Amino acid sequence: MISIYEVSETNKMIEQENLDVRTITMGISLLDCIDHDLDVLRKNIYEKITGRAARLVEVGDEIAGEYGIPIVNKRISVTPIALVGGSACRDPHDFALIAKTLDEAAHAVGVNFIGGYSALVSKGMTPADEMLIRSIPEALSMTERVCSSVNVGSTRTGIDMDAVKLMGEIIRETAERTKDEDSLGCAKLVVFCNAPDDNPFMAGAFHGVTEGDTVINVGVSGPGVVKKALESARGKDFETLCETIKRTAFKVTRVGQLVAQEASKRLQVPFGIVDLSLAPTPAIGDSVAEILEEIGVDQVGAPGTTAALALLNDQVKKGGVMASTAVGGLSGAFIPVSEDQGMIDAVNAGALTLEKLEAMTCVCSVGLDMIAIPGSTSPATISGIIADEAAIGMINQKTTAVRVIPVIGKDVGETVEFGGLLGYAPVMPVNRFGCERLVARGGRIPAPIHSFKN
Amino acid sequence: MKKTIITVVGHDTVGIIAKVCTYLAENNINILDISQTIIQGYFSMMMVTDVSASEKSNAEISNELGSLGEEIGVVIHCQHEDIFNRMHRI
Repeated sequence: MISIYEVSETNKMIEQENLDVRTITMGISLLDCIDHDLDVLRKNIYEKITGRAARLVEVGDEIAGEYGIPIVNKRISVTPIALVGGSACRDPHDFALIAKTLDEAAHAVGVNFIGGYSALVSKGMTPADEMLIRSIPEALSMTERVCSSVNVGSTRTGIDMDAVKLMGEIIRETAERTKDEDSLGCAKLVVFCNAPDDNPFMAGAFHGVTEGDTVINVGVSGPGVVKKALESARGKDFETLCETIKRTAFKVTRVGQLVAQEASKRLQVPFGIVDLSLAPTPAIGDSVAEILEEIGVDQVGAPGTTAALALLNDQVKKGGVMASTAVGGLSGAFIPVSEDQGMIDAVNAGALTLEKLEAMTCVCSVGLDMIAIPGSTSPATISGIIADEAAIGMINQKTTAVRVIPVIGKDVGETVEFGGLLGYAPVMPVNRFGCERLVARGGRIPAPIHSFKN
Repeated sequence: MKKTIITVVGHDTVGIIAKVCTYLAENNINILDISQTIIQGYFSMMMVTDVSASEKSNAEISNELGSLGEEIGVVIHCQHEDIFNRMHRI
């Protein structure tokens, strides 16, 4: 029998330490919607999404009520649209119309984001891939809930530098087209290396072609719970510290697994994976930065930060893996700047720089995430930042990503407000030396030697 | 049998248990076990209940107990036992 203390511990995590299930994401394959007629394709897409996900939000709320655990987001990921729209779309505007359909479907079923306006171009771009990429600024400026991602590299294929160059320009253009909203469009656009097929977290979620027709993926969270648990390990050695993180991650993930199984059962959709991520929010106490500070650095960015993050990331996985039947997605600690009050404070205090964040991405689950940079940053420099992150991912066989927001009209020292879960961010300085010649070379960075495993 | 855990947390006052139990009786919810203690200075009570004979849905019971809690000045939660089993038992 469960004891009153155990019940109290769980409820304290939920009420005081921001324990929640961050997202139930339904992955929907759109491959069977393909048609050469754009109108038919759009109709097929709308009907499939609204059919499959009709009860997603309702079931999510039902589970949240029954178990008393908040389920913050209900979302949808779809097959990368570059694959779906290839035969129907003649120009980038045609693709943008598909984005509009996705947005309408998202509104109809009540999800707050739909991901998969994506292209996978780690080795090269098909004409459809390139058209989709070129349509991203238009698509993101005329939709509210659509998220876009482009995978430009992988350990197996190397890095498509033509796509990297193009993405620098596209991010800049997206920023321009959404400048009235502090370049918000860029907050919904991620550039990946080694993108996972089953990531439930936005903005990078898409439903990979290796997946089944429909699947339920769940992203758990709980930085506040880990932080609170670590307060009991102050001054203790690393073994105690690691054990505390593992225990906490296990508990948090068990809740995610329960929610995933229930959602899968009630929606009659197979369960895919649980993504074991520590995803912060701007809420006080829901911060990954505060965990790192609890581990022992005065402020994130101080020497020791990368070691602390590496340890945290690894222990979260070790604790979580045993708690779930299938783990996937990004699984690790997220270090977005705008969505984490501790990160924002560190930037404002001068402790955290773009270069230190880059180092941190070598050992955590994602990359340079939700970072506002000056609007005057050149497309080539943005491409350089993407290339660096992609190289880290490629060489270290891990997912890396770039979600930077060149805020048009703003410069270092100013603040940009995105609202809601996206938070706010100080504009960070970018190295002022250029990389035009590197970006202009064109072609591909070949796959690293350790990709030849056969 | 669907077991539900009802928790009551707040300042101790006269009649908390009486009011919660009256509600449960009126709604045909059987109490299987009750324990109570003081955790960090707060009155904490946990009831293991069987709601399968009740005509009301979990959501309704949960909402109504929540409102009852507000009247008494305590926080009442009503949750499926599995969330605790999953978190604390392997």
